[in-house]
Amino acid sequence: MDKFVKISAIAAPLPMANIDTDMIIPQKHLRTIKRTGLGIHAFSNIRYHDDGSEREDFVLNQPAYRKAEILITGENFGCGSSREHAPWALKDFGIKCIIAPSFADIFYGNCFKNGLLPIIMPQKVIDLLLDDAARGANAIITVDLEAQQISGPDGGMISFEVDPYRRHCLLNGLDDIGLTLQKKATIQAYEAKKKLSQPWLY
Amino acid sequence: MTEYAQQPKTLYDKLWQSHIVEMQDNGNGLIYIDRHIIHEVTSPQAFEGLRLAGRAVVHPESMLAVPDHNVPTDADRANIINPKDSQLQLDTLAENCKEFGIDYIPMLDDRQGIVHIVGPEQGFTLPGMTIVCGDSHTSTHGAFGALAFGIGTSEVEHVMATQTLILKAQKNMRIDVEGPLGRGVTAKDVALAVIGHIGTAGGTGHVIEFTGSAIRDLSMEGRMTLCNMSIEAGARSGLIAPDQVTYDYVMGRPKSPKGAAFEQAVAYWKSLPSDAGAVYDKEIFLRAEDITPQVTWGTSPENVLPITGNVPNPDDAPSKERKIALQRALDYMGLTAGTRLQDVPIERVFIGSCTNGRIEDIRDVAAVVKGRRVQEDVVAWVVPGSGLVKFQAEEEGLDKILIEAGFDWRAPGCSMCLAMNADKLAPHERCASTSNRNFEGRQGPKGRTHLMSPVMAAAAALTGRLTDVREL
Repeated sequence: MDKFVKISAIAAPLPMANIDTDMIIPQKHLRTIKRTGLGIHAFSNIRYHDDGSEREDFVLNQPAYRKAEILITGENFGCGSSREHAPWALKDFGIKCIIAPSFADIFYGNCFKNGLLPIIMPQKVIDLLLDDAARGANAIITVDLEAQQISGPDGGMISFEVDPYRRHCLLNGLDDIGLTLQKKATIQAYEAKKKLSQPWLY
Repeated sequence: MTEYAQQPKTLYDKLWQSHIVEMQDNGNGLIYIDRHIIHEVTSPQAFEGLRLAGRAVVHPESMLAVPDHNVPTDADRANIINPKDSQLQLDTLAENCKEFGIDYIPMLDDRQGIVHIVGPEQGFTLPGMTIVCGDSHTSTHGAFGALAFGIGTSEVEHVMATQTLILKAQKNMRIDVEGPLGRGVTAKDVALAVIGHIGTAGGTGHVIEFTGSAIRDLSMEGRMTLCNMSIEAGARSGLIAPDQVTYDYVMGRPKSPKGAAFEQAVAYWKSLPSDAGAVYDKEIFLRAEDITPQVTWGTSPENVLPITGNVPNPDDAPSKERKIALQRALDYMGLTAGTRLQDVPIERVFIGSCTNGRIEDIRDVAAVVKGRRVQEDVVAWVVPGSGLVKFQAEEEGLDKILIEAGFDWRAPGCSMCLAMNADKLAPHERCASTSNRNFEGRQGPKGRTHLMSPVMAAAAALTGRLTDVREL
């Protein structure tokens, strides 16, 4: 997995609540057996016209935000389907960090498995960040996972919380399957006990 | 530790604690997973990951694979030529199951269907288990008193390789519904009313346990409908305490325990319901008599109202952001504020999905439409949730009733619930749907979805507009 340590990047404002995973990556693009190449389809229903041309009113199509790596957005981001294609599409587009007042649980977890950092901030902070983001390339935002801090273009700084285990995995680009496999003996001991107490499961 | 063990526990607390392999210093639990269901859309990348890392599937016998999201549902599908990318997903699932030794039910098998319908039917789903699947509607299986939740593909891979997941304990939420449900009011209406009440993020970070006499009175089918839509309330899992209704459903199914093993299992299952005095982080109390047939009008399941209501006015929204969101929803749905919901015409009807594709749902629909005709110009589909549901319905002659009324009787699959294949709405088509999501584009680009119960969708098919089934 790619590491996430610290980025300084353009932030795109997408101030909508309840952006669901169908909107992030519509179902027609799920007919793939790969994790890669989905960036071009990210937000496709609201990003492109029916003829495939770009909609000027969609923020990531605007010249100032084409290289955005941070998304500032509304509450309950990533609700709906469990499809990991949503973080895959965002990542492939170039997004590395999403800042919102709240996230849906499954999407939130999926981000960490893909080197994406979701950050929860109160709406009033989001409002300030949206103001910053509105300035496009003139407003670089820095997200430092090591220090757990976001710094704005005008020197403002704010701390954020993140689960220590997930932070550790992101900072080091760790694949947690490898870590769990180190617990193999403990897992087998649990199984052995359970086979005795709940034999109907086996 | 002793003191902790003696505290009254919720059903969720018991399920969580009985599956802890190890608690980690950081508050995460390494949680054992008993059962894992896979389908063709969210599993290929997980198998690829295993292969790249040279890892095995540690317990293939704990898994069940069924293609559902992307299968054609045409009656003669054995002869349908799939688009290449769809067929590749189906073939890849079959090949992966063969390579890793996983029980696989192919598309043309009588038992094939939507994973959340097949699991319970086969007795693969049992109380007291942890059950995962790369699909958010895995919450369905919580109806059995199992801790069941949707996971992403990386977690699918993690479970295949380790039989565990690293999780944080969720909070406990209880939603209690007391009293008898009114005429024409179903588990789907309870689910929609709950979502209307707490919102689509109301259950985030929580497991919802549904309690109360209205819940106990539901059949297993109704309970599955309710738990299915917990995710639409933001909760990864819904739960209902197992009881005699549960044991009766489970008994005698192909994969459920038999004889003495069944008795031993029931004795354990009886220890699962929440203890008296168990503490919940959040409690909501609803009265069944206050719940009427519900229908959604917008692009989020929380945009829901009784069928007797009118399309809301964005000007009445509590904030500027809400006003913009409501206006966007109305624009997308092609609706005008103030319109009576019952005056909204529909062109399509979809009855099916893991929410409402079970035998009881099809019986309900047949009872409403028997001897009547689907409105001219309305295209109405019934997509049974599984081959066994289809077979049962045909045994009961329900298919004939539906076909005579003008419905298209199709083969099992997810179909137009998520519209991954040819089963979808045309742009701007408006659909009365028994599925679970009315997001923009969910049933096809620019398609317009109104969520409701099977009897309400049946009523809409007969009149060609959103209709109060109680007035038919």
